[in-house]
Amino acid sequence: MRAPVSWLREMVGIPLNEGGRDIAERLVRAGLEVETVEVIGEGVVGTLVIGHVVEIEELTEFKKPIRWCQVDVGPDHGGARGIICGARNFAAGDMVVVALPGTVLPGGFTIAARETYGHTSDGMICSERELGLGDNHDGIMVLPEDVGVIGADAAPIIGVGDEVLDIAVTPDRGYALSMRGIARELAFSYEVEFDDPGVRVVELPAPAAGAVPAECGSEDFGACGLFTIRTVTGFDPSAPSPLWMQRRLVLCGMRPVSLAVDVTNYVMLELGQPLHAFDLDKLSGPVRAGWAKAGSRLETLDHVVRDLGPDDLVILDDSGIIGLAGTMGGLTSEIDDATVTIALEAAHFSSGVVARASRRHRLSTEASRRFERGVDRALAPYASARAAELLIRFGGGIYMGMTAVEAEYRPSRISMPVTEPSDVAGMPIDGSTVVRLLQSVGCEVDESDGRITVDAPSWRPDLTDPADLVEEVVRLMGYDMLPSTLPTSALGHGLSWAQRVRRRVGMALAARGAIEVLTYPFVGDRELDALRLSEDDPGRAKVRLANPLSDEQPLLRASLLPGLCAAARRNIGRGNVDLNIFEIGSVFRGLAGETLVRPSVDHRPTDDEWSRLNDLLPEQPIMVGCVLAGERTPAGWWGASRPFDWSDAVESAQVIAEVLGVELTVARGSDPTFHPGRCAALMIGDAQVGVAGELHPRVIEATELPVRACAMELNLDACRGAAHSVRRAPAVSTHPVAKEDLALVVADSVPASTVMKALRDGAGDLLESIRLFDVYRGSQVTGGHRSLAFALKFRAADRTLDAGEIQRARQAAIDSAARTCGATLR
Amino acid sequence: MSGPNTSFDPKQVSVLSANAVDGMVREACEAISAAATLAALKEVRIAHAGDRSPLALANREIGALPPAAKAEVGKRVGEARTVVKSALDDRQVSLEVERDERVLAEESVDVTLPAVREAVGGRHPLTTLIERVCDVFVAMGYDIAEGPEVEAEWVNFDALNVPPDHPARTMQDTFYVTSADSGVVLRTQTSPIQIRAMLERPLPIYVVAPGRVFRTDELDATHTPVFHQVEGLAVDENITMADLKGTLDHFAQAMFGEGIVTRLRPSYFPFTEPSAELDVQCFVCRGTSVGNPDQPCRTCGSEGWIEWGGCGMVNPRVLRAVGIDPMRYRGFAFGMGIERTLMFRNGVTDMRDMVEGDIRFTRAFGLES
Ligand SMILES: [Zn+2]
Repeated sequence: MRAPVSWLREMVGIPLNEGGRDIAERLVRAGLEVETVEVIGEGVVGTLVIGHVVEIEELTEFKKPIRWCQVDVGPDHGGARGIICGARNFAAGDMVVVALPGTVLPGGFTIAARETYGHTSDGMICSERELGLGDNHDGIMVLPEDVGVIGADAAPIIGVGDEVLDIAVTPDRGYALSMRGIARELAFSYEVEFDDPGVRVVELPAPAAGAVPAECGSEDFGACGLFTIRTVTGFDPSAPSPLWMQRRLVLCGMRPVSLAVDVTNYVMLELGQPLHAFDLDKLSGPVRAGWAKAGSRLETLDHVVRDLGPDDLVILDDSGIIGLAGTMGGLTSEIDDATVTIALEAAHFSSGVVARASRRHRLSTEASRRFERGVDRALAPYASARAAELLIRFGGGIYMGMTAVEAEYRPSRISMPVTEPSDVAGMPIDGSTVVRLLQSVGCEVDESDGRITVDAPSWRPDLTDPADLVEEVVRLMGYDMLPSTLPTSALGHGLSWAQRVRRRVGMALAARGAIEVLTYPFVGDRELDALRLSEDDPGRAKVRLANPLSDEQPLLRASLLPGLCAAARRNIGRGNVDLNIFEIGSVFRGLAGETLVRPSVDHRPTDDEWSRLNDLLPEQPIMVGCVLAGERTPAGWWGASRPFDWSDAVESAQVIAEVLGVELTVARGSDPTFHPGRCAALMIGDAQVGVAGELHPRVIEATELPVRACAMELNLDACRGAAHSVRRAPAVSTHPVAKEDLALVVADSVPASTVMKALRDGAGDLLESIRLFDVYRGSQVTGGHRSLAFALKFRAADRTLDAGEIQRARQAAIDSAARTCGATLR
Repeated sequence: MSGPNTSFDPKQVSVLSANAVDGMVREACEAISAAATLAALKEVRIAHAGDRSPLALANREIGALPPAAKAEVGKRVGEARTVVKSALDDRQVSLEVERDERVLAEESVDVTLPAVREAVGGRHPLTTLIERVCDVFVAMGYDIAEGPEVEAEWVNFDALNVPPDHPARTMQDTFYVTSADSGVVLRTQTSPIQIRAMLERPLPIYVVAPGRVFRTDELDATHTPVFHQVEGLAVDENITMADLKGTLDHFAQAMFGEGIVTRLRPSYFPFTEPSAELDVQCFVCRGTSVGNPDQPCRTCGSEGWIEWGGCGMVNPRVLRAVGIDPMRYRGFAFGMGIERTLMFRNGVTDMRDMVEGDIRFTRAFGLES
């Protein structure tokens, strides 16, 4: 809502030394969000005067038509002077705004007498845009004949120097979508009287003798509780709107159209009541609010044909639908430049009905924005009287009277302890203050036995609960009055295990060189195809958005890898070619449920409702993933570089397992996204919880990553479940260690992890640790085989091991490997 | 060694004369001084202090002396051997020092060579900022609550007093899952976590709820469809709006420094009533830039205050929807955008930097933003 300060001053006695910024600050404190304070014609310095165009000579010898004008600017400014002008929208006899030489216009443009088109142009005839008054550049500003004395200061007449507050109105403050509502807040803030124009009875002439006003009706008082029509006939459709009305409309961001339209808009801005003017001669029968029938249609004023249904509240006459109630009128009954009889609709529509229609038809209008937020239930007859008065005053016409239908109206009544505001705020507010403050916003307040009973004013449909009244009291006291205290106590438990797990994993990966990224969860089939994911792969996204930002990415990720690959590619494109990025985040698996459940909000949902609500949701496990490309260690004075390879991907998973204390085992894996020979399945027990390795060459090609790029993805929820948040202390033996190295020859098909497990199983409890320290393939070993060298450490908790014991344990390990893996001692 | 002599033969013991012994000492000392290396000194040691050295041989002859001469000669030879030994030791030490100096000098390296072969990585500043916020509240006794990103519309809106036709639903442009009437959305705010906390936790409740939220905005310098919020909720008997103010003041000081205060401005949120916008005092200029064009402040735009978030007292309707008796319990709630906080706190100027995953951006924040 744009509110010109000059208009506000007219409605309420704001102290003269208060400027736009001061006023804005008052409103902010009252809870209205003032986004900008704009100074109209900011930058204009010097004199703008009213000029009278005496004579126009058309100069035709130039490329474009030019006018040589004689403009009278009054005896104080030297009488008539010649001015060159390129605009053509004015005629001799018109009143215009003249900037005299020496005047500076917005943008630092100084007017000077200058030679041009063969004449000395001694000033400038101004347009709205040149003065910074508006965007209208159809031509220069032509003022009405009676605008004032020739040579008078034009600035106050055209609004130069005025300020406009731009206020963002929250949904609970519909009343602030009017000058009336804003003025009321200022009256309270400045502690001055407020003469409410919304309850002012406008003097209208008595209806013409024998006048028959248009009839009206409402088919549903729940949706339309008040419907009025005032009729004015003999209206002059060519009568212009007064300049001040046009100027105010422009300052409020609306375009002047015609007197009838301007008046409806002006009164809406002034009082907050949307009005609609019909051409009565285009109507047949009573005008009424009612529900549309399925399959009906309406072409609205914006020339869009809209399909309507039984959820649409419409305005009807005997011909059918003529408007979408509270939103926009229809084309067939539109007033035009021949309209002489106006039927002025002022009604009250339910906010929910209008909000639904506005949403359904994607149509937000000045009217719908007001009805959605709640219009003063009592305002319609006052507003339409005001509008009729303006139509008659400026457009002539005969008043034909009003018809109305109205449901019974009861203001919302709220009862609460008078101490409630004080209790909620946590500061003393005495009862009389509570009553006074509520009365100041228009409430009727009864106090007895420590309780107050409050009837909210019709213009505050948002006041329905005690909490609303508490807010009114506390905000009018001023939020800056609140003391700063702390709640008595909170007994916390620290971070949960899941939270500690995420932190620990992020910290461990980052400390080892990885960099965290946070990617969007939106994916599309193209990226999923690039990862070679089949339709039934768990990484194939299934959860679909109804309204994605991009049709290319309508799905929610079921794997972190598409996002990580994209982030990797973006980095590489920017020259960050050595890359170890990771992400921790949720993925979405399984389909969202289908049975809609919408519990009441008047009580806690039942256990059944709650579990059905949760059943609507897909699984959302937390995953950790990484993508590696380029060099892990660059070449340097220490030697050659070392590129990332499959083992770095596996390592990152093992680091996670290590820091979480999870027993993660690695097995040969198979995954369509990974190189078939370089893919590790990450296992906890018998369950696969992740995958790591080198990406499949086709994937690398499709995702445009460098060759040999690697990746890992691990289900962190599964790891967390298998980890011990409390770890057992080990027995640290101080007895001497016995070291035994052995090399075993096994077939290439036997994974090292299997051999290691066999050795461990065979060696028994005396084995302290085992480490694979060499892999050999070559002439000393049979083809298709390799030699694996292990370092074993044996130690007992309670004694020094003797040679025999060590020998037996070593042999048992070898026997086990021979039995399980066909290993032979080399 | 030969056995004790029973007969005295002056000829045989001429090596024990004072002159002879002095000569041996002199020769030894000259040789020691001349030894230029530790290896040479080792030779000298064998030659002049070894078992076959003149002094050692002379020492053996002492036994052949008459008992009366033994003491004197023994003393002489003993002193001589001590002198030689000490000269050897001194020389040993000084040669070792020389050698060490030389070797260590030879082994010296350029310690300014780049030592980091594999750089430390970095955690995303949004992640660590969220952790920082959580830590402040954990220290105040709050628990951290979480909830799903794909959320039931009832939890995201209805239970938060945003009925189906409420204009607030259009304030936030919502991603709907499957279809517009599926009842499932990408949560538009962290507030649904409040609902979950109140349904699932015992009273009283003190939680902070960080999380990722979604709205249908296109990515540009100041908007992103995916962003983060952190939200706080306290539900207890006798909670007041002054408690909310005090909690926010403490939070602001923990985040931005001692003495920083907050300001509340009336506002509207469906799930709180009374509601307020939350401003934090500018931690850079602390308001000194206001009306002071000579010292403009980029952080607050010379406003002195920075818009930080929203807050208010939990709307009793919300308490009712989760089965908490609003006659007995009250609550406060507050929330703020993490991206926005990072922007003004750490001087991030473009939202896209936080989104695109450029490793140069994140690495700069290390392990804590
Ligand atoms: Zn500042």
